[in-house]
Amino acid sequence: MERLTPEPAAAVVPKAPGRWQIATVTAIAVETPTVKSFTLALPIWMPHLPGQHYDVRLTAPDGYQAQRSYSIASSPLTSGEIQLTIDRLDDGEVSPWFHDVVEVGDKVEVRGPFAAYFVWSGEQPALLLGGGSGVVPLMAMLRHKRLTAPELEMRLIYSVRLATDVIYAAELAAGEETQLTYTRVPPPGWEGHSGRVDAAMIAASGVDPARGTAFACGSNGFVESASRLLLDAGFAPERIKTERYGPTG
Amino acid sequence: MSEFFSRGFGGRRRPPEGKADRIPPGQYYEAGFPVLTAGPTPTVETGSWSFSVDGVVGAARSWSWDEFQALPAEEVPCDIHCVTKWTKLDTSFRGVSVDTLLADVEPLGGYATAFSYGGYTTNLALEDLTDGKAWVVTEWEGEPLPSEHGGPARLLVPHLYFWKSAKWVAGLRLMDHDEPGFWESNGYHMHGDPWREERYWND
Repeated sequence: MERLTPEPAAAVVPKAPGRWQIATVTAIAVETPTVKSFTLALPIWMPHLPGQHYDVRLTAPDGYQAQRSYSIASSPLTSGEIQLTIDRLDDGEVSPWFHDVVEVGDKVEVRGPFAAYFVWSGEQPALLLGGGSGVVPLMAMLRHKRLTAPELEMRLIYSVRLATDVIYAAELAAGEETQLTYTRVPPPGWEGHSGRVDAAMIAASGVDPARGTAFACGSNGFVESASRLLLDAGFAPERIKTERYGPTG
Repeated sequence: MSEFFSRGFGGRRRPPEGKADRIPPGQYYEAGFPVLTAGPTPTVETGSWSFSVDGVVGAARSWSWDEFQALPAEEVPCDIHCVTKWTKLDTSFRGVSVDTLLADVEPLGGYATAFSYGGYTTNLALEDLTDGKAWVVTEWEGEPLPSEHGGPARLLVPHLYFWKSAKWVAGLRLMDHDEPGFWESNGYHMHGDPWREERYWND
């Protein structure tokens, strides 16, 4: 099988991931009223696997530190930088800092990329199920698929509450992979699916449970429900990879 | 200590008064009990449940649910630390000490793999499982352990990151060498001591 991630360049790649380094914010995109994407330029960059995360560490003047993990939204082909998409949680301390304080040019301490389970290594067909900001690691997979092998069978089922909650709306609309569903209020004139993800949506994705791998990411409730639907549809448990957004922020 | 400061960051989720020294480095105080699992939650019925100790042992043992319930159990008040950064203080479980489970099996190796219904595994050194440091628990804060938290029974090793406390545990396999389990094969540390911040492979 063809390699889907670039060959590591020996001169650039450190022996191991995980050293703390100071990244520079080079771009900020407003995705929704509560979600922004931050592009970080890294002095020591290494290619990640779509689905991996970075840790972020903030330090207050008195030495107090807070760490959180954030999924990478970008393809590993965007050399030298990563994009983190961050949902603002009102009772958090790291996500509000990103939203309310960070400007282009600011420095952020990060390390990564980490974890090698909830990653897309080129499996196909692939069925991605995202709830809310759970779409972020799935977007890294979709972006990488589009860049490396647009003909591969990858489908995204993406559950949001409202039209204004859709992250990456224009980019998703530019392809044919995505089935959206609105659980609260669909946009005017919407003729697609409304309500929670159901068996019909999974069937309509066309992904063969005997051959496909499913990646489900979102709240615990979303992932539990999605996992049950995938099992009922005939996906074997070992073909269902999940990542749950615990309380973070 | 980092020389680097984050512009405009003050810190809003500091631990409660007097408890800061119980929060390991890089962790934050969490009042809830978040659920983190790599796959679907398996359904494990107590009627067909069993717990076994096997591998390099003098005599393998196995207990049915009823036999297990008859073993001496104890309350385990503890703090728990998840590698995803949250720490929960002053929680409690009830279960059987691993010392009790190993009492008659005569371990012949210095390592173990905990294995679970659903296929999860995690590796532990025997010294992290013995001398009152690990339990197989069936209750959480006075109630039967919920399935999403690993019920009917999970391993509890509170001095290590919580991925070592295998949910839906089915047994311990004694080993003569240390072999990475599920998360340890996927980028996470072989040992996982939160006080030394052993999160990932190279920590």
